[in-house]
Amino acid sequence: MGNAVAIIGTGQTRHGRRTDLCYPDLVREAVTAALDDAGITLEDIDGVVLGTMPSMMEGVSSTHFYFAEAMGSLGKPVLKVETCGSTGQSIGHCGFFWVASGMADIVLVVGSEKMSEGDGQATMTTVFDPFFQRTFAAGAPGVFTMQSMEWMYRFGIPEEKGREAAALISVSNHDNAMDNPHAHIRMRVTMDDVKNARVITYPVRLLDVCPASDGACAVVFASRKAARKIGRKPAWIRGLGFRGEEFFYGESDKAVWMSATEAAGEAYRQAGIRDPLKELDVAEIYNPFTYQEMIFYECFGFCPRGEAPDYVLKGTFRKGGELPCDPSGGTLCTNPIGATGLIRLAEAALQVTGKAGERQVEGAKLALSHAMGGVDQFNGVTIVGSTL
Amino acid sequence: MAKEYRTIRNDVALPYQWALGRTWTRFFDGLKEERILGTKCDRCGKVYVPARSFCPVCFTDLMEWVDVKPRGRLVSWTVVNTSYHGQVKEPPYIVALIRLDGADCDFHHFIDGFNITDAGERKRKLRAGAKVKAVWSPSKNADIRDIAWFAPV
Ligand SMILES: [Zn+2]
Repeated sequence: MGNAVAIIGTGQTRHGRRTDLCYPDLVREAVTAALDDAGITLEDIDGVVLGTMPSMMEGVSSTHFYFAEAMGSLGKPVLKVETCGSTGQSIGHCGFFWVASGMADIVLVVGSEKMSEGDGQATMTTVFDPFFQRTFAAGAPGVFTMQSMEWMYRFGIPEEKGREAAALISVSNHDNAMDNPHAHIRMRVTMDDVKNARVITYPVRLLDVCPASDGACAVVFASRKAARKIGRKPAWIRGLGFRGEEFFYGESDKAVWMSATEAAGEAYRQAGIRDPLKELDVAEIYNPFTYQEMIFYECFGFCPRGEAPDYVLKGTFRKGGELPCDPSGGTLCTNPIGATGLIRLAEAALQVTGKAGERQVEGAKLALSHAMGGVDQFNGVTIVGSTL
Repeated sequence: MAKEYRTIRNDVALPYQWALGRTWTRFFDGLKEERILGTKCDRCGKVYVPARSFCPVCFTDLMEWVDVKPRGRLVSWTVVNTSYHGQVKEPPYIVALIRLDGADCDFHHFIDGFNITDAGERKRKLRAGAKVKAVWSPSKNADIRDIAWFAPV
C-alpha cells in the first residue's frame, strides 16, 4: 500500500441551496474549514486535487481553473480527477496515492458541486452514449430503478417487502440527518410519507431519492511524519479499492454488481477485514436511492445475496444496530455530487477520530466509505481506522 | 425571510457531429431493413447487440455478424413518471432492459403497445422473463427509434 497515510483534517460547507455564495466562494468555505480542522495553513500544502461532475453540470469547463484561488492551489501542482458520482472517492484515492508514493507530505483534496445552478439529470443523461441508450436514459432514476427491479426479480424479493425495507431506509436516513448540522434535507418522515410520496420512476418515490444540493468538502491527507509533527488525531487509511465495468447498460450484471463487490473486496484485503459486518463499526454508503443501498449491503458482504431487506427490517443498519450505516443522513439527504464521495470519507474519518458530534457512533474504530459513479459503472471504497 | 441573491441565466448549446464509424453504420443500416444485427466473438462466443467492433472481454476484433431475433424476454423495467431535459417522450412511459433471443447482453428500449397507465395491466404483462417483440416504426431514419418500442406478446 505504499507509505502510511493519515487524514488529519476535514471541512464541509453547510449543504443546501447556497445562492449566498458564488461557486468559488463555496469551495473556499470547505477549504478554510479543513485547514482550520487540521491546524495548518496553505503554506503547508504540497499539492491539490480537485473533483467535480462533468463540465455540463457546471456550465464552466475544467473547474480546476475556475477554483484555482479558492482551493489554494496558486504555485502548487494541481490534479483534476472526475469519475461522475464516484469522483469523491477517486479524488480521495488520488490524495492517498500522492502521499503514499512519498512525493508529497501534505495534499489537499477538494470535491464540490453546485447542483442548483445546472440540470443534474440532464447532465447524467449526457453520460449515456448518444446513439443507443441516451434516448431511454431518464436520468439517474431510470437506470437505478431498473437495476433495483432486476435485483428484486433475481432474488425473488416480493415487491411489498422491497417497498417496506426501502421506506425504512428513508426514515432512518432522514432521522440521522437531524443529527448532522451540514445536511441539506433535515426533516423527519414516516413510513407512510415515503410510501405515499409522488412516483418518480415506479416503484421509486420522491422520498426514496436524494436531493440536488450545493456543497463542497475538503480533506487533508498527510504522511506519518507530517501527521506526527502537526499532532492532530489522525484517521489512518487502512484499505482502498476501485473497480469499473462495461459502459453499455445491460452488458454487465447489476444485480450482483462486480465493481461494487470487488472494490470492497480489495479494500478488505488491504485492511485485513474478513467479516465486515462484525469488524466494521460504521459505514458511509453512497445511497442516492433507497433500493440501491440494499444492493450495496450485499456487495459489501454485510449480508447474503437477496437478504438485505430482511437485515434492514430487523434494524441491523440503523442507529444502535449491529452496523450503523449513514449516520450522517447519507447521500439520500445531501447530494452535491462531486463532493458526495469525499463527504462519505470525511464522515468516516470523523467517526474513527471521535469527532462526529451528535451523529457519533460510540467507540467507532473502523469505518467504510464508498461512492458509485456513471451509469452504475464505477465503484470506489476507502476504509479508515483509528489505528494504522 | 432569507435575503435573495442575484443569479444570471445563461444557456450553453454546442453542436456536435458524431461519427458512427463502420460498425455502427452497418448496425443502423440493418435497423432500416428491420434487422437487429450483433457481432459474435470467435474467442469467448459472446454475441453483442448492438454490434461492437471488438470484444471488451477478449479485446479481439469482432468479424462475425449475426442476426438476432426482433423478440426476447423482459429483464427489468420502470415507469418513468418525471420530465427530464432531452426526453423524447412525455411521461408516463416505460423503459426496459430486454434480452433479445440470440444475444448475450441486454438491450435498452421502450415498452408500449398496451394501456401502460393501468397498474393491473402492467402487473399482468410485465414480469421478469415476459416475452416481448419489436414494433417497427413505419418511417425509418437509420437510428435507434426505427424500433418504435417493444410490445408484450
Ligand atoms: Zn470475447
